Amino acid sequence: MSAETGATDFHASSSKALLDPSLRANFRRAMDGLMAKRAAQFPDPAEWNALRDLAASVRTRALAKLPELLETLEAKCVANGLKVHWAATTDEANAIVLAILRDHGATRLVKGKSMVSEEMHLNDFLSANGVESLETDLGEYIIQLDGETPSHIIMPAIHKNKQQIARLFGQKIRDAVYTEDVDALTATARRVLRQKFFEAEAGLSGVNFAVAETGTLCLVENEGNGRMSTHVPPIHIAVMGLEKVVERLEDVPPLLTVLTRSATGQPISTYFNMITAPRGPGEKDGPREVHLVILDNGRSRIFSDSELQVTLRCIRCGACMNYCPVYTRIGGHAYEAIYPGPIGMILTPQIEGLKRRHELPHASSLCHACTEICPVEIPITRLLVRLRKEAAQPPAGSKVLDAGGGRSRLEDLAWAGWQAAHTSPLLYRVMGTALRLFGPLAPRGLPLLNAWTKSRTVPKRAKRTLQDLVREKGIPDA
Amino acid sequence: MKPEAVYFFGTCVVDLFFPEAGLAGIELLKREGVRVVFPRGQTCCAQPAYNCGYHEEARAVARGQMALFPKPLPVVVPSGSCAGMMKHHYPDLFEGTPEHAQAVAFAARVHELTQFLVDVLGVRLTDRGEKATVTWHSSCHGLREMGLEAEPKALLSQLSNVTVVPLKRERECCGFGGTFSVRYPDISAAMVTDKIADVASTGAPTVLSADAACLLNIGGALEKTGAAARPMHLAEFLWERTRER
Amino acid sequence: MPETARAAILGRLHAAAGSGSALPALGKILPGPLSSKGWSPAERLTRLRRAMEAVKTEFLEATEEGWPEAVHDFLVSEGAKKVAYGPATEAGRALAAAFPPGTLPELVPYDRPVEELKGALFTDIDAGFTAVRSAIAETGSLVLWPSPEEPRLLSLVPPLHVALLSSATIRETFLETIREEGWARRMPANALLISGPSKTADIEQTLAYGVHGPKRLVVVLV
Repeated sequence: MSAETGATDFHASSSKALLDPSLRANFRRAMDGLMAKRAAQFPDPAEWNALRDLAASVRTRALAKLPELLETLEAKCVANGLKVHWAATTDEANAIVLAILRDHGATRLVKGKSMVSEEMHLNDFLSANGVESLETDLGEYIIQLDGETPSHIIMPAIHKNKQQIARLFGQKIRDAVYTEDVDALTATARRVLRQKFFEAEAGLSGVNFAVAETGTLCLVENEGNGRMSTHVPPIHIAVMGLEKVVERLEDVPPLLTVLTRSATGQPISTYFNMITAPRGPGEKDGPREVHLVILDNGRSRIFSDSELQVTLRCIRCGACMNYCPVYTRIGGHAYEAIYPGPIGMILTPQIEGLKRRHELPHASSLCHACTEICPVEIPITRLLVRLRKEAAQPPAGSKVLDAGGGRSRLEDLAWAGWQAAHTSPLLYRVMGTALRLFGPLAPRGLPLLNAWTKSRTVPKRAKRTLQDLVREKGIPDA
Repeated sequence: MKPEAVYFFGTCVVDLFFPEAGLAGIELLKREGVRVVFPRGQTCCAQPAYNCGYHEEARAVARGQMALFPKPLPVVVPSGSCAGMMKHHYPDLFEGTPEHAQAVAFAARVHELTQFLVDVLGVRLTDRGEKATVTWHSSCHGLREMGLEAEPKALLSQLSNVTVVPLKRERECCGFGGTFSVRYPDISAAMVTDKIADVASTGAPTVLSADAACLLNIGGALEKTGAAARPMHLAEFLWERTRER
Repeated sequence: MPETARAAILGRLHAAAGSGSALPALGKILPGPLSSKGWSPAERLTRLRRAMEAVKTEFLEATEEGWPEAVHDFLVSEGAKKVAYGPATEAGRALAAAFPPGTLPELVPYDRPVEELKGALFTDIDAGFTAVRSAIAETGSLVLWPSPEEPRLLSLVPPLHVALLSSATIRETFLETIREEGWARRMPANALLISGPSKTADIEQTLAYGVHGPKRLVVVLV
């Protein structure tokens, strides 16, 4: 990280990741598996297109009415007996969670998987404040044991192979013996975590969809740790990004089906948990209190730009990562961001600002694989180009955080030169000739050429250009 | 309906590095009885600057190109990527400017070469070449911006002496991505290294594509590693095998 | 502070909100995938079983009258010693009639707050029994609405979940279920879709069952 601008160094982190053959193999294998499973879920292109149109329209409608829906959601939740909190920043959200825990003297928290809580760096914050904040999703548990962050939003420990996990369990879990057997590793985690569910004084979860119409929080999961975290402890705190709201209950099935099929290639997750109220009169279990924390953290700024607003359609399926040729090769950690991969490349710069993150939108060959696969039709490639423009040539009145934060005098000059060469046919020909005559003599130390020739030979300009050939052949000019 | 004449936009990469492919494209069109017009002042579709966010500069260059193709004729482009730029991004690039309507009308006239050959001209090819094995790299912009998937394969399937061995990851990017290849040379290298390994595993001595920029990338990597396979633009391959000698 | 955050956030959103573009309601643009499938009852059952068996759900076929015996015999054969259930439901009463007092397995009524039963639930109980409200053929899902009579943790904490399903209640899709049963007007505190035993693929994408919730799900089909 550069001390001057706070900018992260994606060049260095991505190049380092590429040097780790085990990491590359782990990701290639995992992404191949996820792509194959997803593809098997959408065998019929017509059905796929109809479904993503529908899912996109549900999300678009929700965003079109976003403030009203949030107000309705809040009113419904309150009427159902939930407590609703609003946080403009992650610091505020952390403070709200801590205050709830302190109110009840709770020091042991079990967590279901939540990317918003990752945004908040909640675990670090709580442990600094004397609360044990324990991840219980198996993947999240594994990386928490190793002091890491998720490398994928759906499969947080995908960068690790079972040998690495076996060693980790052997070191960090009492009584655990080294085994590479996945069932045995899973059983070890079950043993440890059931005790934690039993003892926990509070549970925390994310939210996949929040239904304004009924005030219902929907949670998608396979393991049951989400249900354990939201049903067993006496307090349940749900944290959600403000974009998660949908208008009606009937909006949920289309989103659910594209989410699980896109994310892990399952027709549905093992559990779909719809929480509308705390433990009711006569109920024997369920939390006595349910809190909903609605987090902004830059989302309202994203919402204020009519083109970039579609970023907020995302339902966090992770398919764009699985299909991204860049992500597949460098893995999630190289992005040094909560959200890696294509969605992260548009989301992170908007949340953290272009001064820090102007490099990220360039970390794409613009191959459109993400755009093609997105189940809610976010034009990711187009937004990458838009953010590149915001970094280099922000329009007047730009609403993007730190617009112009990627400006470089050198690059401005280079493109001015490029423009000159391509708006004057004469200059274009002169440059072309120069390339032929002097190209082979270009010093190997030129940075761009150097970058190219690391893995490729110098492109050789043809002796006669197409312009020369068409003149010779007498192809008409008009 | 078959037009009497078309414009040909050669693209800068074809102009400088694969001129034979451009000429072959022109010959393929002419053989179908279409007059081909090649405006001399053409340079670049402006994609590099557009993709990098330098839209002022891109507009200046794009404006110059549009002016060179004034008549209501189809504009045929031997590149899915450049065609995609002109067809799908010119209207965006000129959004809110006086040239917007012109850009929209121009975009509507843009065709990628193989799509034009198959969908508009309905070409029938007669193979006059020796037995050959090739593999096919679908460029990302051709595939996902222009929807170019069936057409090149339809053309290749008309060649009786040609066997196409598909790549394992045919739809995956080769790692070029314009300035991406020099901004992130290590990532780009990892991608093209995998691509040429995929090419090698087909055993085909020739890798075809309808995008010269991918060929520049894949070909450069093949040569650097001393691999046997060579890149060739689809237009050149089609013309060389089907022309009467 | 939270109140100012609320005002600030909603203020920004209201200021930015566009024209609230009129988009078609769900019913009007409903495409094939979510609309009616026209599956016969037999086909619904076949699809449900296929989808659920693909994720390791077990099925036990029984008759309208004989299912309590079937559940009893099954649990005996599994060596279950303690089975939690909701004694106040119709199914719970029928089940109890098939479990002779003083013999194993012993039925443990979940009839008091979890705080008084938590220890047993987490350590001693071998199986939890619930009825299900309906099921969804398309995705292979059981629909549960936990209630005071049949609490939430019955289907979660014991390592074996036995679920009673009447094949007449199998619907085609989740959307149909929500619509036909009028969920939007009367959502319960908790509604669940359960589509198999607990599972994970977090280690090398290798499927492993029984990570936190039930290791086995047995559907008793009548």
